Amino acid sequence: MTTATDLGRTHGYDDLPRLMGLMTGDEKHGPAATSTLDVLWVLYDRVLRVTPERRADPDRDRFLLSKGHGPMAYYAVLAAKGFLPAEWLPGFGTYDSPLGHHPDRVLVPGAEIGSGSLGHGLPIAVGTALGLRAQGRTDPAVWVLIGDAELDEGSNHEAIAFAGPAGLDRLHTVVIDNSSASHALPGGIAARFEAAGWSAVTVDGRDHAALYAAFTAPHPGRPHVVVARVEPKNA
Amino acid sequence: MDTMRDRFAPVVSRLLDEDPRLAVVLAEIGLDGFQDAMRRHPDRVINVGIREQLLVGAAAGLALTGLRPVVHTFASFLVERPFEQVKLDLGHQDTGAVLVSAAASFDWPAGGFTHMAPGDVALLDTLDGWTVHVPGHPDEAETLLRHAVAAGDDKVYVRLSVQSNRQGRLVDGQRFVTVREGRSGVVVAVGPLLDTVLAATEGLDVTVLYATTVRPFDAAGLRRATETAGTDVVLVEPYLAGTSTTAVSEALSDVPHRVLGLGVGRRELRRYGTIDEHVAAHGLDAASLRERIGGFVEAGRVPVGGRGPVSVGG
Repeated sequence: MTTATDLGRTHGYDDLPRLMGLMTGDEKHGPAATSTLDVLWVLYDRVLRVTPERRADPDRDRFLLSKGHGPMAYYAVLAAKGFLPAEWLPGFGTYDSPLGHHPDRVLVPGAEIGSGSLGHGLPIAVGTALGLRAQGRTDPAVWVLIGDAELDEGSNHEAIAFAGPAGLDRLHTVVIDNSSASHALPGGIAARFEAAGWSAVTVDGRDHAALYAAFTAPHPGRPHVVVARVEPKNA
Repeated sequence: MDTMRDRFAPVVSRLLDEDPRLAVVLAEIGLDGFQDAMRRHPDRVINVGIREQLLVGAAAGLALTGLRPVVHTFASFLVERPFEQVKLDLGHQDTGAVLVSAAASFDWPAGGFTHMAPGDVALLDTLDGWTVHVPGHPDEAETLLRHAVAAGDDKVYVRLSVQSNRQGRLVDGQRFVTVREGRSGVVVAVGPLLDTVLAATEGLDVTVLYATTVRPFDAAGLRRATETAGTDVVLVEPYLAGTSTTAVSEALSDVPHRVLGLGVGRRELRRYGTIDEHVAAHGLDAASLRERIGGFVEAGRVPVGGRGPVSVGG
């Protein structure tokens, strides 16, 4: 049983399996949850300039979880970094819990958007990048995490096609590629972004050093996508 | 006379100069009117191309950073095509925007059904928390656009049409205006249909209320009107017939009442032609309205020594 001592404490990568274990699983969402774990950890641990204290800071980095299915890894990382108390985790999905099987920004501290329906995060991230730019806030980075099958949604293609020519260089997308799309993009995921003028890198989604290098690669004048390959969903 | 839509770009362009929080998001349609504003405010007048899902999603992102987005295209592409974005990116995210549509129910009949959206207000009625303005004159459109922009982070829909009344009236963005008083029923005329309703009810002993803000519905105003005019209520709306009958029934839920909802028919007309021809086809011309309103009010009259028809709620 967890105790109040977890409140305000931060945890390390090794604590994540225990934190995820506190949430009772929805089996369907299990693979989706672990596929994002390493990407989320590297982002929150080493890349994103956002902390629980900076949640309302207009100059914070934004992370938008578009792939809202299987959010256990997301909740675990948010708990590990002190955005939400680990005591909340065992209530996952229950009536009185703020933690649903899809996250709700109104209920989850640190969640920038509510997600679940596929294809909403990237267009919202485009607007967030535009809004920050319009206010002269050129420092904050906007990150959005989507899945490879989520790329099937046309709304994402609208956003990809716009963001490149618009030169949204503070916009970053991570595609978790667990080969779950029934009809994969011909030529590969990165090529689709590159054709629209994005900077693109494809890496091993479990390799923290490779992920960090990909996340921090310079991309002047262009939005940046990191395709993080993990083990196939149906393997 | 200019149209409501002719006012849109000049009014919003001036507001862009005055309010650093304001941003305009377009999907090619309406771009010409914002050329000057775009030069002055290149980061706050955004054209996403022909991408309506991105149009609404990007507006939500802008709102999340603290801006007040004004989003414009034809009603069919603003409310219907990206409806899930309206529901989730604005509603579920708890963000706001001002959606400003053009083309209304049949502003361009020769364009056919692809460019008609008689169901837009009914569709927004499935969501919570939307304010809906339906101006009936360019001057009112200007007033209501300013109300909409100034409404904090509220979700506001402004429905612009080329159909218009001859004169604008003082509207406050909230309440119905009493245009005529009578004792044998209340007729609520929405937006551009006021002139026709006034012509249709000439000589009838009915109260005519003018509604340019239909959500929230001015239930208190309707109830006040029924105190002298009785609880026979006719709605005349420039979009789907019956869109507001639920609001009327809720306003009068504790008293016996009758309600007749007139408006655009649900059946697809599948005709081109002119606005006037479509108005007539949907029974929204003065002669048709007189017949239907007169018949309804007459049927509700209690004959001396007898009983009127049984009152029914909605």
